Amino acid sequence: MGQKRIDIEQVRQVAKLSRLALSEAEIAQFAVQLSAILEYVEKLNQLDTADVEPLAHCLPINNCFREDIVKQSLGTEKTLANAPQRDEQFFKVPKILEEPGGF
Amino acid sequence: MSKNILKLTCRGLRDSIAKGEVKSSDAVSAVFEQIEKHDAKIGAFLSTFKQDALKKANEVDEKIGKGKPVGALAGVPITVKDNMCTTFGTTTCASKILQNFRSPYNATVIEKLLAADAVIIGKTNLDEFAMGSSTENSGLKKTVNPWDYSRVPGGSSGGSAAAVAAQMCFAALGSDTGGSIRQPASFCGIVGLKPTYGRVSRYGLVAYGSSLDQIGPLARNTVDCALLLNVIAGHDEKDSTSVDEKTAPLCDWLEKIEQPVAELKIAVVPQLFKGADGEVVNAIKGAIEVYKKLGAEIVEINMPHFEYAIAAYYLIATAEASSNLARYDGVHYGYRTAKPADYIEVYTKSRNEALGQEVKRRIMLGTYALSSGYYDAYYLKALKVRNLIRSDFTAAFEKADCIIMPTSPTTAFKVGEKTNDPLQMYLSDVYTIAVNLAGVPAISIPCGFDKNNLPVGMQIIAPAFAEGKLLQVAGMFENETDFHTKSPVIK
Repeated sequence: MGQKRIDIEQVRQVAKLSRLALSEAEIAQFAVQLSAILEYVEKLNQLDTADVEPLAHCLPINNCFREDIVKQSLGTEKTLANAPQRDEQFFKVPKILEEPGGF
Repeated sequence: MSKNILKLTCRGLRDSIAKGEVKSSDAVSAVFEQIEKHDAKIGAFLSTFKQDALKKANEVDEKIGKGKPVGALAGVPITVKDNMCTTFGTTTCASKILQNFRSPYNATVIEKLLAADAVIIGKTNLDEFAMGSSTENSGLKKTVNPWDYSRVPGGSSGGSAAAVAAQMCFAALGSDTGGSIRQPASFCGIVGLKPTYGRVSRYGLVAYGSSLDQIGPLARNTVDCALLLNVIAGHDEKDSTSVDEKTAPLCDWLEKIEQPVAELKIAVVPQLFKGADGEVVNAIKGAIEVYKKLGAEIVEINMPHFEYAIAAYYLIATAEASSNLARYDGVHYGYRTAKPADYIEVYTKSRNEALGQEVKRRIMLGTYALSSGYYDAYYLKALKVRNLIRSDFTAAFEKADCIIMPTSPTTAFKVGEKTNDPLQMYLSDVYTIAVNLAGVPAISIPCGFDKNNLPVGMQIIAPAFAEGKLLQVAGMFENETDFHTKSPVIK
């Protein structure tokens, strides 16, 4: 298969960007599997696309505007109903800032 | 009695209920009898709503008894793939990260089914977040093919397809990002329709690849698909990518399907037959002969960029997925890791503990394709190739009304056969993926059986918003053949 397209360190970096705490075994496995997939997708380079526009969306849809009218929203209770942890009307998470009383 | 009810098509049942010949409550009881007998082995359902379904059925029966008007699917037991939000039950996407998630709102398609008086009896299994081609990536359950329990039902709408094939419902909704309605329909010997991108609202469909995802019906024949499409199609102000009805007028597809297409021209792509199993190719060639006898003209065409679709898709879809799935952060809803050391671990450990291997792999691939230094080489390149692939379709539809090819290169493969090699699994989507990149509609209909008595599916592809023609062409084949009437023998 030749040179790996993505090495262990790069996988580690992508995992960090993806917010995934992968195990060492997963990192090693993904290095192999993602390399094989990247090697396959390089077949796209067989095509000359110098004069081709990128197509992000296949229908001619433009910006959709609507009137700025206040409508019924979900409400606090429904919004928080699935929260893993809550504190009254807030989502509860571990402390984000180091300094007590900061901000 | 209940055995006979199960043999009815969706429209047949709808008509019988409306005339008062069959009670909706009897139809609901019949499907639950079937589910209770067989679903322990088949594993199509992630949740069922027996009590609520019977209650709704009784309401419909009462309305009909009193001569009150009812909707287009009045009393018909329907299932939906569990990536469509419902305020009843859970919406899990077959993922541990959403295992206990209860949606505060209904997807637009759910509202439309309910407004049509359909009875939603359960939610079906899928590959986690619709990422897969065999339903083996479900984080919650295994589903097998009703035709052969040692084989996969296809995916990602495998639960929906298995439920229809095993007569545990009369029709189902699935979603299709790269073939996820058509391929399981093919593997399970039923009909699956992916409408044009933008035809059906995606509001409340849990997002995977937002520029590719589309909801559509799985049913026993094309008429039933037309009936379902009548109910679910249309513009939705809650989905900014749903197409306005001036651009894409709605029509009564049930009426449309009755008319044959005059001077039908069908395109075939000889180069694409090379990659399929001999028995699949023979079934498709047999189907083409049927169309020839009906007077269709067959045009051989070349689609030079078709073979690049998988490569483009697995960059575009994963890029979109990596962004869409960033919302599973362990903060607002879904699974949270037990003891995070800090707030970063709320994200990283929650996601790692609750997402499956394929989902992580796609998030990683998409993040890589979008990351600084690789964006142009991978993501942008893929978008340019997407344009070339669409131009292949545009050119094809200048020469013919539709294109016919296999839905899948093989019939249903064995459970476990491809799970260790993700690339091999991706390659099984070779015929379906280009359709999503081009945004056009396509249908898979049964067109034969292989030597193991496994169904073969034929894919018909039409231009954007030509669902009418697509259904007509499919209906013409069904009128001449009986493959769609075959059911698996359920043990």
